[in-house]
Amino acid sequence: MNRILDTVERHTPGKVGKRRGASMAMVRKEEPFKWQRKHLLGLRDLTVEEILHIMNTAKGFEQFSMRSIKKAPTLRGKVVVNLFFEDSTRTRNSFSLAASRLSADVVEFTQKTSSVSKGETLLDTARNLEAMGIDIVVIRHNAAGAPKLLSKNINACVVNAGDGYCEHPTQGLLDVYTILQAKGTLEGLKIAIVGDIAHSRVARSDMWAMTKLGAEVTFVGPPTLMPSEVGRLPVKVSYSLDKVIEEVDVVNMLRIQFERLGGNPFPSIREYSHYFGLTVERVKRAKPDILVMHPGPINRGLEMESEVADGRNSVILQQVTNGLAVRMAALFLVTQAAAEIPA
Amino acid sequence: MEVLLDAEQVDRILHDLAGEIAAKTPPENGLAIIGIRSRGEIIAQRLANYLSQDLGRSVPCGTLDITLYRDDINAPHGNGQPQVRTTEIGFDIDDKTIILVDDVLYTGRSARAAMDALIDLGRPKAIRLAVLVERAGRELPIQADYAGCAADVEPQRSVQVSLVESDGKDEVIVE
Repeated sequence: MNRILDTVERHTPGKVGKRRGASMAMVRKEEPFKWQRKHLLGLRDLTVEEILHIMNTAKGFEQFSMRSIKKAPTLRGKVVVNLFFEDSTRTRNSFSLAASRLSADVVEFTQKTSSVSKGETLLDTARNLEAMGIDIVVIRHNAAGAPKLLSKNINACVVNAGDGYCEHPTQGLLDVYTILQAKGTLEGLKIAIVGDIAHSRVARSDMWAMTKLGAEVTFVGPPTLMPSEVGRLPVKVSYSLDKVIEEVDVVNMLRIQFERLGGNPFPSIREYSHYFGLTVERVKRAKPDILVMHPGPINRGLEMESEVADGRNSVILQQVTNGLAVRMAALFLVTQAAAEIPA
Repeated sequence: MEVLLDAEQVDRILHDLAGEIAAKTPPENGLAIIGIRSRGEIIAQRLANYLSQDLGRSVPCGTLDITLYRDDINAPHGNGQPQVRTTEIGFDIDDKTIILVDDVLYTGRSARAAMDALIDLGRPKAIRLAVLVERAGRELPIQADYAGCAADVEPQRSVQVSLVESDGKDEVIVE
């Protein structure tokens, strides 16, 4: 890991439209890279160089969990608001802990206990919070584009923690980080993202970041769970997990989001599990070093058998650990960019 | 531009520094060298090698990244935006005498940040500061315990340390 990420080469932006691979074999140059985004809204717009800069920065934060004092004074005096309009345990806690480890103060905001339930609009809520002197808003919202709208209307930095079916950038980044940790590169890797693609912002953020870094991404799932625009996305599509399982290097199993499913996208849970569940038998047919990922929370026995979730190919808990480092990096970098821009 | 130290002088100074550190460190004390990224890291590695030879035992050496502890971290940096790197200290610093190593001691702010960063990693018995060059201009009450050479350099000029490992040659110049 040290060797791998330490030597991540700085990429200069290539020709427009040309996919650039992430080569990890070259020596780090002293050429400084300047991070200029005070908002992290999605991975679609990021360059390869920007993604690798976040990876390198996250690497500096990775060791925090092993220190005797798990805190640095970097964001002392800054205030981070967790503005969550949808339920979340992992992402919210991860952002809270990331902010605390950088010594920022954290304000928790949930829809159920706030004035939103009294009819306040998103922008009014945000402006009121901003009037209290906040520096960073971490927002999760069921409407795609809500973080962008916020970023255009307030001075604070905005970090997207999931918007509708659009993006979940820190999840995409931690997935990339986890793959880099295990494989050293994404260049040339075959990655399957399996399940409810249509309702998954994780699939989209993963797709943007992974393809930029040179991986070949295949969306796998029943036709009823494929997004209508899938033909225009830079991915392959397969309706059979059995056809792709033997050739992929990484398989990311998405959660079936019962709370978002309308109609009857598949006849029964058993049938879905039969065709698209990651079973011990399927893992046996896969490459021996296949990386098994899941953004959590897992429906054990549905997307994945318990033996696979806890098996030797699984990096699911590593993803959670890496999420913390990636979110510390995100909070740090947006603050750095904001320091350059007068309010 | 003038040359403050050439390659031969740099090498002799580092040998002398190692000798001085060895002489002043009681043998019962656990000794470890920690360099501040990035030039301090290289100097620390060389000092650790010389010290290991002088003392006839291996002296552990680590690298400290102080970015997160800088007191100007949230100020505008223009093009010199700091990059967070890893801290690589593969040993326990508790109860050891730590020789903190940097290339140049100037304002003292890096040394302050480094001490805070170290103390978050454990509780050393003592922290000593060793530098290749010390120049006037301290802004904090910090002094070097071991200094290779003193340079009287006007505030508008800068001291540039080049080392074989990072720059292809050993040299200290004043610009």
